[in-house]
Amino acid sequence: MLLRQDISKSLYSGLGAAHFALLFAIWSLLAYGHLVPASLLPTPGEVARTAIEMIQDGSLVEHALVSTFRVTSGFLISAVIAVPLGILMGTWKWALGFFEPMFGFVRYMPASAFIPLFILWLGLGEPEKIMVIFWGTFFQQVLMVMDVTKNVPLELIEVSYTLGAKGFSVFNRVIIPASLPGIVDTLRITFGWAWTYLVVAEIVGASSGLGYAIMHAARFGHTGKIFVCILTIGLLGMITDLIFKFIYNVLFAYQRRGT
Amino acid sequence: MLGGKGIKLRIQGVCKTFNGRRNDVEALQATSFEVQEGEFVTILGPSGCGKSTILRIVAGLTEPTAGRVLLDGREIKGPGPDRGMVFQSYTLFPWLTVRRNIEFGLELRGVPAAERHAISQHYIELVGLKGFEEAYPVSLSGGMKQRVAIARALANDPEILLMDEPFGALDAQTRLIMQEILLKVWEESRKTILFVTHDVEEAVFLSDTVHVMTARPGQIKETVQINLPRPRTYEMKDEPEFLRLKKRLLDLIRAESLKAV
Repeated sequence: MLLRQDISKSLYSGLGAAHFALLFAIWSLLAYGHLVPASLLPTPGEVARTAIEMIQDGSLVEHALVSTFRVTSGFLISAVIAVPLGILMGTWKWALGFFEPMFGFVRYMPASAFIPLFILWLGLGEPEKIMVIFWGTFFQQVLMVMDVTKNVPLELIEVSYTLGAKGFSVFNRVIIPASLPGIVDTLRITFGWAWTYLVVAEIVGASSGLGYAIMHAARFGHTGKIFVCILTIGLLGMITDLIFKFIYNVLFAYQRRGT
Repeated sequence: MLGGKGIKLRIQGVCKTFNGRRNDVEALQATSFEVQEGEFVTILGPSGCGKSTILRIVAGLTEPTAGRVLLDGREIKGPGPDRGMVFQSYTLFPWLTVRRNIEFGLELRGVPAAERHAISQHYIELVGLKGFEEAYPVSLSGGMKQRVAIARALANDPEILLMDEPFGALDAQTRLIMQEILLKVWEESRKTILFVTHDVEEAVFLSDTVHVMTARPGQIKETVQINLPRPRTYEMKDEPEFLRLKKRLLDLIRAESLKAV
């Protein structure tokens, strides 16, 4: 039992499966054993039935699509600005000096606290929801991209100078390719965070989406529906995470030995 | 073994003081020397003596506090492809194959693909990396990475090759082999080389001229000509003249290392 010692792959995935099984067993015990009232904790069977119902009447897919659209829009708008700006801040001290103090300040203001303002300014439609997700994602994202770019080894930039690179070609041929793996990883992590802002955005003034569905179900005491929606968000988050990891492995195969 | 083709590089009264927060640190006292065309010149000194600073000033990566550097009679301003550099740390671009790393400078200059390919192939074979053209740096050993770095610098056809302890991160055995490979490459290309090391035997084995530096703030303490015949082979390391030169440099540098401790 040495610390950090490797374990076999099957043991590793076995442990993960065991955790799911254990949690499921505790849940079943509490719910089927009536240790917790059904109004607070639905049984796994009840959740499964609700899930099938929501799939059959199309409401789950609809809510999921609306939510996915909002998260993706907010995230993409954020990424389109944050990635180039973060790269600039990580390389050019002028940009760093101008932007970092303000971003570092705004970052600590909770995005949810801005919701009333966004409603006043943008109304209750889609722009407001997307804005909340954008606001929650952008400041973290830009600072993380900046950090990635800052960590590009100076020697790589210097050696490119001695090979004749200058101006834009240093960005183009050294800084961007060297930062790209870190940037894709940043996007993966911040996409997960964007999902967490979704529910915040949909709790107020929404009439569709998974966050809205959760609030709506809570009002009528449908704990089963709440479970289904939360599990759906978890599932969607996990799928996007896997997609990002797949993209990462394809794009950056050069980081692995034997390629 | 000087080509006698004239002076390639002039370093005139170059000095460097780094401005620290509390106090300024004088890294290099006014230093002047010349490098002949086709000559292999080594700056030998204890760690922290400012020898790398000289190289970085010649490369244009560090600005001297005073003095100037002339390459072919023109004063250098900032870095440029006429001065190729090999660093101690591994500086291959990890996202490019061995071949594309070597072609990096050629691509920047817009050299046509067929010509690029011919040049990179020549240097790949010269440094003994045939078969590794399409490998990525992650799968290369330290010695192989430095051979690619040397090939990459040479493929760009610089006026002078600057080498900053290029074998410093390698194990002792690999180091010896790399020295022989470098000599072979140098004898073929006849590039002017300015080399920095703290390894006395390396300096004797490779160089025509060795400048021994003092401890910080560095300056040239003594210049020693290495008139061993070329091509040099590792057997020469046991010959009396080699050992005599090595002893001489060791004595010089030991006195400085003691001061620096």
